[in-house]
Amino acid sequence: MLRTLSRVSELPLIVKQLQKNAAQAGVAKTNNYATEATVQVNRPFKLHRLDEGPATEVKLTKDEALKYYTQMQTIRRIETAAGNLYKEKIIRGFCHLYSGQEACAVGMKAAMRDVDNIISAYRVHGWTYLMGVSPIGVLAELTGAQSGCARGKGGSMHMYAPNFFGGNGIVGAQVPLGTGVGLACKYKGNGGMCLALYGDGAANQGQVFEAYNMAYLWKLPVIFVCENNNYGMGTSSERASCNTDYYTRGDALPGIWVDGMDVLAVRSATEFAINYVNTVGPLVMETNTYRYSGHSMSDPGTSYRTREEIQEVRQKRDPITSFKELCIELGLITTDEVKAIDLKVRKEIDEATAFAKSDAELAVSHLWTDVSSNNLEPKLRGTNSFNLDHIQERKGVNH
Amino acid sequence: MLRSRLTQAACAAQRAFSTTPKVLAAKQMTVRDALNSALDEELSRDDRVFLLGEEVAQYDGAYKVSRGLWKKYGDKRIIDTPITEMGFAGIAVGAAMAGLRPVCEFMTFNFAMQAIDHIINSAAKTFYMSAGAVNVPIVFRGPNGAASGVAAQHSQCFAAWYAHCPGLKVISPYDTEDARGLLKAAIRDPDPVVFLENELMYGTAFPVDDKILDKDFLVPIGKAKIMRPGKDITIVAHSKAVETALLAAADLAKKGIEAEIINLRSIRPLDTATIFASVRKTHHLITLENGWPQHGVGAEICARIMEDQTFFELDAPVWRCCGVDVPMPYAKTLEANALPRVADVTEAALKVLGGKAGKATAALK
Repeated sequence: MLRTLSRVSELPLIVKQLQKNAAQAGVAKTNNYATEATVQVNRPFKLHRLDEGPATEVKLTKDEALKYYTQMQTIRRIETAAGNLYKEKIIRGFCHLYSGQEACAVGMKAAMRDVDNIISAYRVHGWTYLMGVSPIGVLAELTGAQSGCARGKGGSMHMYAPNFFGGNGIVGAQVPLGTGVGLACKYKGNGGMCLALYGDGAANQGQVFEAYNMAYLWKLPVIFVCENNNYGMGTSSERASCNTDYYTRGDALPGIWVDGMDVLAVRSATEFAINYVNTVGPLVMETNTYRYSGHSMSDPGTSYRTREEIQEVRQKRDPITSFKELCIELGLITTDEVKAIDLKVRKEIDEATAFAKSDAELAVSHLWTDVSSNNLEPKLRGTNSFNLDHIQERKGVNH
Repeated sequence: MLRSRLTQAACAAQRAFSTTPKVLAAKQMTVRDALNSALDEELSRDDRVFLLGEEVAQYDGAYKVSRGLWKKYGDKRIIDTPITEMGFAGIAVGAAMAGLRPVCEFMTFNFAMQAIDHIINSAAKTFYMSAGAVNVPIVFRGPNGAASGVAAQHSQCFAAWYAHCPGLKVISPYDTEDARGLLKAAIRDPDPVVFLENELMYGTAFPVDDKILDKDFLVPIGKAKIMRPGKDITIVAHSKAVETALLAAADLAKKGIEAEIINLRSIRPLDTATIFASVRKTHHLITLENGWPQHGVGAEICARIMEDQTFFELDAPVWRCCGVDVPMPYAKTLEANALPRVADVTEAALKVLGGKAGKATAALK
């Protein structure tokens, strides 16, 4: 996906100008490459009930380029590793992979401030990593080992981190929950907002509309994000929704449609949205994206769509490849730097995978540990008698 | 306020058991005012506490439990919601996850069924799933069980449903002292609490003293109260059925039988220690609830006593008195017959006591 600049021939000119500016500003530069570039978002935003939308011209620094690329590549490798672990039967139960959707999470995270929050459904391994959990924390949670971010007690769908409220298994439930987090932000007056993510499948849930309604009435700082990957499990969005323009489904709430394969477009839209929800009220953001894998590891993902379709997206719209090509074209990063990142990420994830495979599970006593923050049961019932004493290890963050 | 003869008799029965004249002259407070004052004090004490639900603010509460609170605390702390239980319960849980202390009112717990996914999956399980990282300090409260003439969809008792789930605390207060102390304890608790009130008790007044009126008065969650000591048979009840139990005790006393009445106060945790201690004294046990029998509170008590050494203290099987196993009808006579009445309890007690009942009555003569 090639970027359109004002005129491609102007590229050397822009780079030279930036270098001049950089020199004047005293910023270090490597070789003849730029440290900052300006690009136009490729596919225009679509707006619902908005006169003005996100900026279509965005700045990208070298550091940001390296960071976003690294983050997306890390997520991709974590998901690949998870897929392999699942095939080896080391990950059990559910495993929903984010491969293909990386630009959504990385773009949104890039716009988030420390005070902001996010909640999503179950396709969250990437988000867990972005919100501060190490790859070991993610992979070990998937293998059910004690180094997992929920010590193996939650699994794929129940990962948490500061300002990240999971990891929720019930489709749609996370949307009112995220709205409640937004209410808490406004209540506390901390200037924060909450991104409440859901898919095209969840977008028809009644509670989503209940949440839209209350968020609007109470002017809550909530960005409702529909990550539309065109399929709710095996059901295409056309077969599930009478209106597939998910960014308009908030009705009175304004909406923005974003190309979810374009990390910079997502970042721009999220920056706009953060400002909007902190000043005016909630809005809906639809990130149009694609998942390469099936809905989960039990779904091959080819019974309801063609392999050609998947291949075409991989070849023409992959978020990581296109971002890499853009950054190289802009002179922000070199192919050597890309290679170095790829190697580093691969090594890190390979090591984390090996660790997650070999790490031990929690001792059985954790079965009856931390059921409540303030346990009042004298005994918990085991399988055949009241023989368990609740163990209190942690109290939780809300005291 | 029209009070049924039953509630008047219950109060009379209770007052008959108090031993000091001071209590007779004590201040009276209704259960409604007990809840109202508890909410008021907790809102005042902790800025993070807020109340949301249908009609809680400008209407002063569907049952006037939140009367005056919106005027005092304003829109930020007392929030009127649209009629969207699933949505606002989810919002309340999210707010609790993010550090606030919501009190989520359901106009009745029948409507909470629309939100039950959030109560169980979003609230109750989160502390465990997160391996102790995220606790959810929320209270879900509202009227539970049968009211009067509101028919099948508005009369169900949910005590057994919620008490089934680990991660929840389930409270079922009876009188003013229960309502005040337990609601305050629930709001201060760091875990999700389901607080099952009873509409028919809202208007009933009970004596209160300075201790109960103290702004830090708390009743411990998970501890039952012996309302009336006795030596012949134990009757365990919760919520409105405690009144029925007390009236039955008065009836049984006329036959020379002294019943010990236990007010559970909490369904989860269940205070088996108090029940077992009582059974060790009386050797006979009846459970009494207005909810349905199958898998109910009484069923659980039966199971628990069988799994404890106290089983060997029983001189007869435990017996349950429950609501009739049918949806609640509207017609007045049918409705009256659908819930256990004093005569039903007395009959069960006499059967459980068997020959001893005859001896007790004979001893009276």
